[in-house]
Amino acid sequence: MPKMNLSHFEAAFLFSLFASVVMGVVTKRTDRDRLHYGFYTFGCFLLALFGLGWLMYFGHG
Amino acid sequence: MAKEKELKEKQAMPPLGAWVPAVALGWLIPGGGHFLLKRNGRGALLLASVTGMFLCGLMMQGAMFQPQSGDLLTTLINTGGFIGDVCSGILYLLSVCFGYSQLDTAGHVHDYGTKFLVSAGLLNILAMVDAYEIAAGRKD
Repeated sequence: MPKMNLSHFEAAFLFSLFASVVMGVVTKRTDRDRLHYGFYTFGCFLLALFGLGWLMYFGHG
Repeated sequence: MAKEKELKEKQAMPPLGAWVPAVALGWLIPGGGHFLLKRNGRGALLLASVTGMFLCGLMMQGAMFQPQSGDLLTTLINTGGFIGDVCSGILYLLSVCFGYSQLDTAGHVHDYGTKFLVSAGLLNILAMVDAYEIAAGRKD
Protein backbone atom coordinates (compact mmCIF):
# COMPACT_ATOMS: atom_id res chain seq x y z
CA MET A 1 0.00 0.00 0.00
CA PRO A 2 1.55 3.33 -1.04
CA LYS A 3 1.90 5.87 1.72
CA MET A 4 0.47 9.37 1.67
CA ASN A 5 2.12 12.17 3.51
CA LEU A 6 -0.19 15.15 3.43
CA SER A 7 -0.09 18.51 5.16
CA HIS A 8 -2.94 19.57 7.45
CA PHE A 9 -4.40 21.67 4.67
CA GLU A 10 -4.24 18.92 2.05
CA ALA A 11 -5.80 16.34 4.37
CA ALA A 12 -8.58 18.71 5.44
CA PHE A 13 -9.18 19.71 1.81
CA LEU A 14 -9.56 16.06 0.76
CA PHE A 15 -11.85 15.38 3.71
CA SER A 16 -14.01 18.37 2.75
CA LEU A 17 -14.22 17.23 -0.85
CA PHE A 18 -15.36 13.67 -0.06
CA ALA A 19 -17.77 14.72 2.69
CA SER A 20 -19.33 17.46 0.51
CA VAL A 21 -19.97 15.06 -2.36
CA VAL A 22 -21.75 12.59 -0.09
CA MET A 23 -23.73 15.30 1.70
CA GLY A 24 -24.74 16.83 -1.61
CA VAL A 25 -25.87 13.46 -2.97
CA VAL A 26 -27.91 12.31 0.02
CA THR A 27 -29.64 15.45 1.27
CA LYS A 28 -31.67 17.18 -1.43
CA ARG A 29 -34.37 16.06 -3.82
CA THR A 30 -33.34 17.49 -7.19
CA ASP A 31 -30.00 17.32 -8.98
CA ARG A 32 -29.77 21.10 -9.10
CA ASP A 33 -30.32 21.38 -5.34
CA ARG A 34 -27.82 18.58 -4.72
CA LEU A 35 -25.17 20.38 -6.76
CA HIS A 36 -25.83 23.65 -4.95
CA TYR A 37 -25.75 22.00 -1.55
CA GLY A 38 -22.55 20.13 -2.38
CA PHE A 39 -20.80 23.39 -3.35
CA TYR A 40 -22.30 25.14 -0.34
CA THR A 41 -21.01 22.55 2.15
CA PHE A 42 -17.62 22.50 0.44
CA GLY A 43 -17.48 26.30 0.72
CA CYS A 44 -18.43 26.09 4.40
CA PHE A 45 -15.71 23.52 5.04
CA LEU A 46 -13.10 25.71 3.35
CA LEU A 47 -14.32 28.82 5.16
CA ALA A 48 -14.05 27.02 8.50
CA LEU A 49 -10.63 25.66 7.51
CA PHE A 50 -9.19 29.08 6.68
CA GLY A 51 -11.06 30.79 9.54
CA LEU A 52 -9.76 28.37 12.16
CA GLY A 53 -6.30 28.45 10.59
CA TRP A 54 -6.06 32.23 10.93
CA LEU A 55 -7.61 32.08 14.41
CA MET A 56 -4.90 29.66 15.54
CA TYR A 57 -2.23 31.78 13.83
CA PHE A 58 -3.30 34.93 15.72
CA GLY A 59 -3.98 32.93 18.89
CA HIS A 60 -0.36 31.78 18.98
CA GLY A 61 0.81 35.38 18.64
CA MET B 1 -57.12 15.33 11.94
CA ALA B 2 -56.58 14.61 8.26
CA LYS B 3 -53.05 15.92 8.56
CA GLU B 4 -52.32 13.65 11.52
CA LYS B 5 -53.63 10.66 9.61
CA GLU B 6 -51.55 11.61 6.61
CA LEU B 7 -48.47 11.99 8.81
CA LYS B 8 -49.06 8.59 10.42
CA GLU B 9 -49.40 6.97 7.00
CA LYS B 10 -46.20 8.63 5.88
CA GLN B 11 -44.28 7.52 8.95
CA ALA B 12 -45.54 3.91 8.81
CA MET B 13 -42.73 1.39 8.51
CA PRO B 14 -42.49 0.07 4.95
CA PRO B 15 -42.34 -3.72 4.48
CA LEU B 16 -38.92 -5.20 5.20
CA GLY B 17 -38.60 -6.70 1.73
CA ALA B 18 -38.80 -3.24 0.22
CA TRP B 19 -35.78 -1.73 1.91
CA VAL B 20 -33.60 -4.41 3.56
CA PRO B 21 -31.86 -5.53 0.32
CA ALA B 22 -31.02 -1.93 -0.62
CA VAL B 23 -29.74 -1.05 2.85
CA ALA B 24 -27.77 -4.31 3.19
CA LEU B 25 -26.18 -3.91 -0.22
CA GLY B 26 -25.53 -0.26 0.62
CA TRP B 27 -23.61 -1.36 3.70
CA LEU B 28 -21.62 -4.04 1.88
CA ILE B 29 -20.75 -1.92 -1.15
CA PRO B 30 -20.85 1.85 -0.68
CA GLY B 31 -23.47 3.16 -3.12
CA GLY B 32 -24.67 -0.40 -3.78
CA GLY B 33 -28.17 0.37 -2.51
CA HIS B 34 -28.45 3.19 -5.03
CA PHE B 35 -27.25 0.91 -7.83
CA LEU B 36 -29.89 -1.64 -6.83
CA LEU B 37 -32.54 1.10 -6.93
CA LYS B 38 -31.34 2.24 -10.39
CA ARG B 39 -29.82 5.51 -9.14
CA ASN B 40 -26.55 4.78 -10.90
CA GLY B 41 -25.12 8.29 -11.04
CA ARG B 42 -25.61 8.92 -7.35
CA GLY B 43 -24.42 5.42 -6.53
CA ALA B 44 -21.22 6.01 -8.50
CA LEU B 45 -20.58 9.30 -6.66
CA LEU B 46 -21.12 7.62 -3.29
CA LEU B 47 -18.91 4.68 -4.24
CA ALA B 48 -16.12 6.99 -5.39
CA SER B 49 -16.32 9.26 -2.34
CA VAL B 50 -16.57 6.62 0.38
CA THR B 51 -13.97 4.37 -1.25
CA GLY B 52 -11.70 7.33 -1.89
CA MET B 53 -11.91 8.44 1.70
CA PHE B 54 -11.28 4.91 3.00
CA LEU B 55 -8.28 4.37 0.70
CA CYS B 56 -6.82 7.73 1.70
CA GLY B 57 -7.21 6.62 5.34
CA LEU B 58 -5.34 3.39 4.58
CA MET B 59 -2.57 5.22 2.70
CA MET B 60 -2.21 7.61 5.62
CA GLN B 61 -1.80 4.52 7.82
CA GLY B 62 -4.76 5.30 10.03
CA ALA B 63 -5.56 2.96 12.91
CA MET B 64 -8.63 0.71 13.04
CA PHE B 65 -10.57 0.82 16.30
CA GLN B 66 -11.27 -2.27 18.38
CA PRO B 67 -14.06 -2.28 20.98
CA GLN B 68 -12.59 -1.76 24.43
CA SER B 69 -14.11 -1.45 27.84
CA GLY B 70 -12.79 0.76 30.57
CA ASP B 71 -13.88 4.23 31.55
CA LEU B 72 -16.83 5.77 29.74
CA LEU B 73 -14.77 7.85 27.31
CA THR B 74 -12.56 4.91 26.29
CA THR B 75 -15.60 2.70 25.71
CA LEU B 76 -17.40 5.43 23.77
CA ILE B 77 -14.46 6.32 21.53
CA ASN B 78 -13.34 2.78 20.78
CA THR B 79 -16.79 1.25 20.32
CA GLY B 80 -18.00 4.23 18.29
CA GLY B 81 -14.85 4.15 16.18
CA PHE B 82 -15.23 0.41 15.64
CA ILE B 83 -18.83 0.86 14.49
CA GLY B 84 -17.67 3.64 12.14
CA ASP B 85 -14.98 1.37 10.70
CA VAL B 86 -17.35 -1.59 10.25
CA CYS B 87 -19.89 0.58 8.43
CA SER B 88 -17.52 0.83 5.47
CA GLY B 89 -18.65 -2.71 4.61
CA ILE B 90 -16.52 -4.67 2.19
CA LEU B 91 -13.71 -2.12 2.40
CA TYR B 92 -13.33 -2.85 6.10
CA LEU B 93 -13.74 -6.61 5.64
CA LEU B 94 -11.11 -6.72 2.88
CA SER B 95 -8.62 -4.64 4.82
CA VAL B 96 -9.00 -6.94 7.83
CA CYS B 97 -8.82 -10.08 5.64
CA PHE B 98 -5.60 -8.84 4.03
CA GLY B 99 -4.13 -8.26 7.46
CA TYR B 100 -4.17 -4.46 7.65
CA SER B 101 -3.15 -3.61 11.18
CA GLN B 102 -1.78 -0.27 12.18
CA LEU B 103 -0.96 0.80 15.69
CA ASP B 104 -2.23 4.15 16.88
CA THR B 105 0.95 6.18 16.53
CA ALA B 106 1.68 9.85 17.03
CA GLY B 107 1.68 12.21 14.08
CA HIS B 108 -0.91 14.27 12.28
CA VAL B 109 -0.95 12.10 9.14
CA HIS B 110 -1.78 8.92 11.09
CA ASP B 111 -4.37 10.84 13.05
CA TYR B 112 -6.03 12.14 9.90
CA GLY B 113 -5.90 8.60 8.50
CA THR B 114 -7.79 7.22 11.50
CA LYS B 115 -10.43 9.92 11.10
CA PHE B 116 -10.69 9.25 7.37
CA LEU B 117 -11.33 5.54 8.03
CA VAL B 118 -14.10 6.24 10.55
CA SER B 119 -15.61 9.05 8.48
CA ALA B 120 -15.83 6.80 5.42
CA GLY B 121 -18.07 4.50 7.46
CA LEU B 122 -20.14 7.39 8.77
CA LEU B 123 -20.64 8.74 5.25
CA ASN B 124 -21.70 5.26 4.21
CA ILE B 125 -24.35 5.36 6.95
CA LEU B 126 -25.72 8.54 5.34
CA ALA B 127 -25.79 6.73 2.00
CA MET B 128 -27.62 3.77 3.60
CA VAL B 129 -30.24 6.10 5.11
CA ASP B 130 -30.72 7.71 1.70
CA ALA B 131 -31.12 4.25 0.10
CA TYR B 132 -33.70 3.41 2.78
CA GLU B 133 -35.69 6.57 2.06
CA ILE B 134 -35.66 5.90 -1.68
CA ALA B 135 -36.66 2.24 -1.19
CA ALA B 136 -39.44 3.26 1.21
CA GLY B 137 -40.81 5.72 -1.34
CA ARG B 138 -40.14 8.77 0.80
CA LYS B 139 -37.73 10.24 -1.69
CA ASP B 140 -37.26 10.13 -5.48
